[in-house]
Amino acid sequence: MKVFMLGWEFPPFISGGLGTACYGLTRAMDQLGMEVTFVLPKMVESSYATHVKLLSPNSWISSASFRLSEFKNVKFHAISSTLQPYTTPDSYRLQIEETLRQKQLSLGGGLSQAGQITCGDDYSTDMYSEVHRYAAVAVELAKTEHFDIVHAHDWMTYPAGIAVSAFTEKPLIVHVHSTEFDRSGENVNQTIYNIERQGMERASKVITVSHLTRSTVINRYGISGDKVEVVYNGVERNGNWSLAETGIKNDEKLVLFLGRITMQKGPEYFLHAAKKVLGVMDNVKFVMVGSGDMMHRSIEMAAELGIGHKVLFTGFLRGEDVQKIYQMADLYVMPSVSEPFGIAPLEALNNDVPVIISKQSGVSEVLTHALKVDFWDTDEIANKMIAVLKYPPLQETLASHGNFEVRKLRWKDAAAKCVKIYEETLVAV
Amino acid sequence: MPSVCFYFQVHQPMRLRHYTVFDKNDYYFDDYKNASICRKVANKCYLPTNRLILDLINRFDGRFKVAYSITGVLLEQLLTFSPEVMSTFDALAETGCVEFLGETYYHSLSFLYSRNEFVEQVNKHSETINKYFGQTPRIFRNTELIYNNELATLIESTGKFDAIITEGADHILGYRSPNFVYKPKDCKHLKLLLKNYALSDDIAFRFSNRDWTQWPLTADKFAHWISDVNGNGNVVNLFMDYETFGEHQWEDTGIFDFMRHLPETVLRHPDNNFKTPSEVVESYQPVGIVDVPHVISWADIERDLSAWVGNAMQSNAIHELYRLEKKIKQTGNEKIISDWRKLQVSDHFYYMCTKYFADGDVHKYFNPYNSPYDSYINFMNVLGNLNSRCSKTSEKQAASLTPQQKATKRFMKAGSHINKPSELQPIHPGEPVNQE
Repeated sequence: MKVFMLGWEFPPFISGGLGTACYGLTRAMDQLGMEVTFVLPKMVESSYATHVKLLSPNSWISSASFRLSEFKNVKFHAISSTLQPYTTPDSYRLQIEETLRQKQLSLGGGLSQAGQITCGDDYSTDMYSEVHRYAAVAVELAKTEHFDIVHAHDWMTYPAGIAVSAFTEKPLIVHVHSTEFDRSGENVNQTIYNIERQGMERASKVITVSHLTRSTVINRYGISGDKVEVVYNGVERNGNWSLAETGIKNDEKLVLFLGRITMQKGPEYFLHAAKKVLGVMDNVKFVMVGSGDMMHRSIEMAAELGIGHKVLFTGFLRGEDVQKIYQMADLYVMPSVSEPFGIAPLEALNNDVPVIISKQSGVSEVLTHALKVDFWDTDEIANKMIAVLKYPPLQETLASHGNFEVRKLRWKDAAAKCVKIYEETLVAV
Repeated sequence: MPSVCFYFQVHQPMRLRHYTVFDKNDYYFDDYKNASICRKVANKCYLPTNRLILDLINRFDGRFKVAYSITGVLLEQLLTFSPEVMSTFDALAETGCVEFLGETYYHSLSFLYSRNEFVEQVNKHSETINKYFGQTPRIFRNTELIYNNELATLIESTGKFDAIITEGADHILGYRSPNFVYKPKDCKHLKLLLKNYALSDDIAFRFSNRDWTQWPLTADKFAHWISDVNGNGNVVNLFMDYETFGEHQWEDTGIFDFMRHLPETVLRHPDNNFKTPSEVVESYQPVGIVDVPHVISWADIERDLSAWVGNAMQSNAIHELYRLEKKIKQTGNEKIISDWRKLQVSDHFYYMCTKYFADGDVHKYFNPYNSPYDSYINFMNVLGNLNSRCSKTSEKQAASLTPQQKATKRFMKAGSHINKPSELQPIHPGEPVNQE
C-alpha cells in the first residue's frame, strides 16, 4: 500500500507538535514498511535546491524531491510555499511582506543569485489563495505518483487533499491535530472553519488525536461518529542522547512551560500560578520556552505581577537545547485552555520530568501518572506545583511511573492503527 | 464438628476535605462527604443487615452468633450522622449472642510505627466499646489483619486479650489448615484465629461474580462446603467487611437472602454450630504454633503492606506523620492530638497506592480522590498545617505565662549583666506587662 501524505515540517525545522507528529508517524510507517510520498510546504532556497533534483525548476511549480537517509520507504516532495503551521491570515500577510522586502533588498544590493529565495510571483499574498495554489501544485505532483490513499494533516492541507483525492479518485483521510475551536476559542474564523468542515466531509475517514477532539469534530462540525477514529500520538524514545552536562549549578527549582505562547496554551494561568507559588516559596524559577503572539503580553504580565525576576523567557528552542532544558527542569506545566492532544508532556516524562496538565487536554486521556488541573484554577495549579517542588517522593513517583507509562505510547502503534484505518477505507471503497 | 465463626469489620474513615497549601483553616474533614457516605452505607448495609442478624438470633434462639469489630472513627461518625445505627448495634449487644472485638480506635498502622501510640489507641477503643456496648473486648484484631510474632507478644503482655485474629495466609501455614486454633510463637496463653480466606472471599468477593464457576452461590451449597470441613477442622473463620452486605454486594445480588438462609442450612447438620471468637477460644485447644517473623495483612494478592506503604509517597507521608508524635503530644491540646490521630486512619495511605492496575476495583472503592497523587498532596498539606499549629501552640503557651514567669523569663534572657536587685524593675501582678 502506498500513501500520499500531505504533511508538515520535519526536524530540525520544528515549530510545534504538528511537525513532531508528522515526523513520528511517518518514521514509524517507514519502519512498518509502508511506502509514503511525503509532501510538505517549504521555502525552497536556490542554493539548497541545486543539491536535490528539481522536478520542474522553471515552471510555476517549484518543488524539490529528495530522500532522507534515515527513511527507507519515504520519498519527500517539498513544494515551494510560504505556508507554515500555526500561521493566521494576518501573520501570513506580514510574513509575505517581509519576504518581498528582503527580496527587493537583495536584488537592489546587487548580491549574487546564490541564496536567493525562489519566491515572488510564485506566492499568493493572502493565505487562502496560497492554500489553494498549494493544492493545485499538489495535484500536479500527484499526477506523477502512484498511490492508494491520501492522508492530509490539518486544515491548510485539506484543500490539497480534496483536490488530489478528486483528481486521482483515491480515498482521503484527514488527520485532525487541532481545530479552529482550539486555536481561536469561540471566536472562530469562518473561512478556516469552512475549509476544515469541507475536508472532514469529503474524507472517507477522519482521524483525531483524542476523544476530546473526536467529540469536537462530531459536535461542532456535524461529522458522523462512525467515520471518526481516535489515534493517540506517540513519543519518540530516543535512547542515545548524549546527556551533556549543562554546567549550570543551581539550587533553585525550575518549573517549565514549553509550547507556543498563545491564547490556546494558557500562558497567563501559568504566570498567575507562578505568582502564588512565589508567595509560599522563594527558591523557584519559572522558564517559558517558546514564542507566539502572546509572548510580549506575557513578559509584561510577569513584570506587572512583580515576578519578572523569577520568570525567564528563552524564545523558541530546538533539539539539544530542548533536551538541556528538560534535564534542568523539576516540573513541566501545561495549563492549556484547549489542547487536542499535547505531545510536550510526553516528552517531559520521557526525560523524567513530572507533569501537571490541564484536564482540557487530549493527553489527559492517556496519562494516569500526571497531575491534572482545570486550566483556570490557578490556586490548584499553584498548590500542585508547590507539592511537587516541596516533596521529593511525589516528584520521584510521578516521574518514574509516568516515564514507564509513556513507553507504552509508541508511534509504531499509532502508525499501525493508521494503516488499519487505510485498509478498512480501501475495503469499503 | 465445625463451628462457624463470623466476624465483620465495620469501619469508615474520616475523609479529608480538599485542602491546599494556601488553606489556613484548621478543620480538615469533609463533613458533607462523610455524612452522606455514612448515611448511604447505613441505609444500604448497617441498618438492614443489623435487622437481619437480630432476626436470625431471635429465630434460632441464640444458636446463631456473630462478632463485630467497630472502629472508633466509625462510632464517632455514627453518633453524629446516623445515631439510629448505634441503637441497633446496642440491641444486638443485648442479645448476648454478639461479641465485640478490640482494635486500634483510629484503624491505624500505629503498631508498625509507635508502640506507645498503639497501646493508647487499643485502650481507648476498649473503653469506648465498653461505654457503648457494655463489653470489654477479649479478642484482638489489628488494622487490616496486620500481624507478626511481635504483635502477638505485645498483645499478650497487655494481659487484656485471650486471642488474636489474622489472615490464614498460605505462606505462613504451608500445608496446615486455617480451620484450627493455633498458638503464636513465643506466647504462653494467647491463641490465634486464622481467617479461612477461600470461604470468606467466596462470600465477600465472588458472590456476585457470574464468571465464577460456582455462581450462583446458594446457602445450601455453602453449608455443604462447611460440612465438608467435618473431621478436618474445628472452626471455619469467616471474616469480612460488613459492607459486603448491601454495599460491596448489592441487595439485588441476593446477598441478604443468602445470609437469611445460611444459619438454617448450616444448623441442619447436627454437628455444626455457630460460635463467637471467645467461645471458639474456650472450646478448642491449639493444635500447633504459627511462626510469622514478617508482617502479613489481608490485602490484595500479596498479603503484605504494599497497599499502604508500598511507594515512596506513602512511606514519606506515614513517616512524617509519626515523626510529629512527640511534638503533638507535648502541646497537650486535645483537638490537635485528635486531629493527628484521625490522620493515622489507614485509608489515607491506601488512597495513595499506585498499584491500582491489578487490584484497582477494591482500591477505588469510596476513594474520594481522582489519583493517588492528589491524595498525597492533600494529606501533606493538612499535615503541614497541623505541624504549624503545634508550633503556634507552644508560642501561645509561652504567651500565657503569669507576669512573674514572664519577668523571670525576661530576666533570664536579659543576661547576667543585670544581677543587682536594685537594677530590676519592680513588677506588680495584674499590671500589664509589655510584650517583648
